[in-house]
Amino acid sequence: MTDAALPHATVATAASARRDFGLRRRHAAEFRFRLYGIVAIIIGLGFLAILLVSIFSKGYTAFVQTAITVPVEFSASIIDKDNERATNPRVLVSANYPIIARNAVAKALGVSTDDKAAMRDIAKFVSDGSRSTLREIVVADPSVIGTTRNVTLLAAADIDSANKGQIDLTVPQDKRKVSDQQVAWLDQLKQEGAISTPFNWGLLTFGASSRPETAGLGVALVGSLYMMAIVLLCALPIGVAASIYLEEFAKKNRFTDFIEVNINNLAAVPSIVFGLLGLAVFINFFGMPRSAPIVGGLVLTLMTLPTIIIATRAALRSVPPSIRSAALGIGASKMQMVFDHVLPLATPGILTGTIIGLARALGETAPLLLIGMVAFVADRPTTPLDPATALPVQIYMWANEAERAFVERTSGAIIVLLLFLALMNLAAILLRRRFERRW
Amino acid sequence: MSLESAATLAAPVSRPNALPKMTGENVGVFYGAKQALFDVNLKIEQFNVTSLIGPSGCGKSTFLRSLNRMNDTIDGCRVTGKINLDEDDIYDPSIDVVELRARVGMVFQKPNPFPKSIYENVAYGPKIHGIARNKADLDEIVHSSLRRAGLWNEVKDRLQEPGTGLSGGQQQRLCIARAIATKPEVLLMDEPCSALDPIATAVIEELIDELRENFTIVIVTHSMQQAARVSQKTAFFHLGKLIEEGKTEDIFTNPKNKQTQDYITGRIG
Repeated sequence: MTDAALPHATVATAASARRDFGLRRRHAAEFRFRLYGIVAIIIGLGFLAILLVSIFSKGYTAFVQTAITVPVEFSASIIDKDNERATNPRVLVSANYPIIARNAVAKALGVSTDDKAAMRDIAKFVSDGSRSTLREIVVADPSVIGTTRNVTLLAAADIDSANKGQIDLTVPQDKRKVSDQQVAWLDQLKQEGAISTPFNWGLLTFGASSRPETAGLGVALVGSLYMMAIVLLCALPIGVAASIYLEEFAKKNRFTDFIEVNINNLAAVPSIVFGLLGLAVFINFFGMPRSAPIVGGLVLTLMTLPTIIIATRAALRSVPPSIRSAALGIGASKMQMVFDHVLPLATPGILTGTIIGLARALGETAPLLLIGMVAFVADRPTTPLDPATALPVQIYMWANEAERAFVERTSGAIIVLLLFLALMNLAAILLRRRFERRW
Repeated sequence: MSLESAATLAAPVSRPNALPKMTGENVGVFYGAKQALFDVNLKIEQFNVTSLIGPSGCGKSTFLRSLNRMNDTIDGCRVTGKINLDEDDIYDPSIDVVELRARVGMVFQKPNPFPKSIYENVAYGPKIHGIARNKADLDEIVHSSLRRAGLWNEVKDRLQEPGTGLSGGQQQRLCIARAIATKPEVLLMDEPCSALDPIATAVIEELIDELRENFTIVIVTHSMQQAARVSQKTAFFHLGKLIEEGKTEDIFTNPKNKQTQDYITGRIG
């Protein structure tokens, strides 16, 4: 009995020892691998958090703007001293509105308008943008002349910064842009409740300006919008048509292989090269206007096409061949097969690829610099042929400015751009969910 | 179950006056330089079920797919010889492949309903071929096709639900309904039951027997029992050649060729 049991036992231990072999090592390897993954994710999230925190902490103040609400006397002796507005309405446009604004603030502060030195400081207290604010009021309704009414004027950028606590008051007065007198006035107006910080709509509507408080993304937003529309209208149909032809109709031969290699190469071409191409072809050869969204849109179309074609071909390829056989098997023509069955199933992939391509185009700067979209454009473009800038280019331009108020606006513009990108990616995810089908 | 007893299960016998619906003469198929099918001569009889059997890679599916030119969709595939549907040479340039496939329908190995509603699945063929003149016509075609595919009672209350939501066997019957909705003359089936469980398989086999009333059927199958149960004619393929063809009961009980005998008794394949 024992004779028989003994060899059996040795075999069992040998077998179990063999089964144990390396198990601990393999588990350790798996644990280590998981750890690497988690560490990688934490590093990635950490950098994302640093990026977002730095941008948002610098940029959120750009979304409010200090404003001064004071009673403004629309004095006829300043606006229209010769009383000729009935015959010559141009006097209302060219009147000296800054003086009116200055006088209004001086009155609110109790400063005599004869104090020249104080009046110079007050002139720097109110934004030059008050000129157009007051002009619009008078031109829209000339009957205000000779009356007094409360008007909200933008504070000058330095006063705005001081109000937001961004200016270090411990620095000697002659080394900072805001004088002690101005700070005192600011406090005085605050006491009187004349200072407010409303949402800065100007950031989203104004055009380019050398004064931060009247500089905004209006032109850039319209320019980017036009370009996105052009990219969508050009790149989507061309890209989808090319992909369908290559994927479903073209014979696989050397020529189509050559085209495929080239499309993949085009996707990797640096965007600045597309900018040079646009400059040479669209502007120099076809004579299209410089700085115009139409040229920018076409350049970005060229840049986005490979992305859309690659995404569309992948989406078409992911439609199971059995669907194609099913359609052909009941006598559908190739055209009917593609448009009735394959394309609808590929739509989510195509849309996702298109939106991701568009998002990339929205953030593209380099090619736009080459076609002259880095320009000082104050008026919003009405057509894609008018000069405009684009969101990333505007960020680039503001980043070159030294003033404190432009620093916060740069971050503010980045937040706006990131918001649009996040919205587009969200749209891509939602569309994919909406159209996704299982088979 | 022995093969001999399986053969006796084939209850309906071959129609005595069966006419050839399709004929293949010296059919050869090449994939690029590789020849997959050699000189096949086969007559497909009208209103009979012809089963094509043989080991994997023997060319039976290739032959089936050349009957409605589905091979055209494969790059580098070339067919030689002649295949006639009634009097028409189906590889003649004057024959439109769309019309051919409307006349010679096909059911695939894996159920492949469109990811659309059950109704849309069946209605698609009649729609693109202009068979239905109006909505009422189309409804009638969909209903009768589903009824003939034995699916009507199971789906009549959910015609607008996706066809992909049905069970495997139901999906395959939906595909059969879709194929017969275009009123084809010949129905090709490429291992229609290989992805199905035995109960669903039995339902489809019963259905094939009923469909024989109106359609000429060619079926590729790996199961010799199935060939014996559903078909009146059987053709045995091996290594791209047609080895033997004849009445199903003859093939299974009294094969003339040694290779056929080896295959049906399980020695090769």
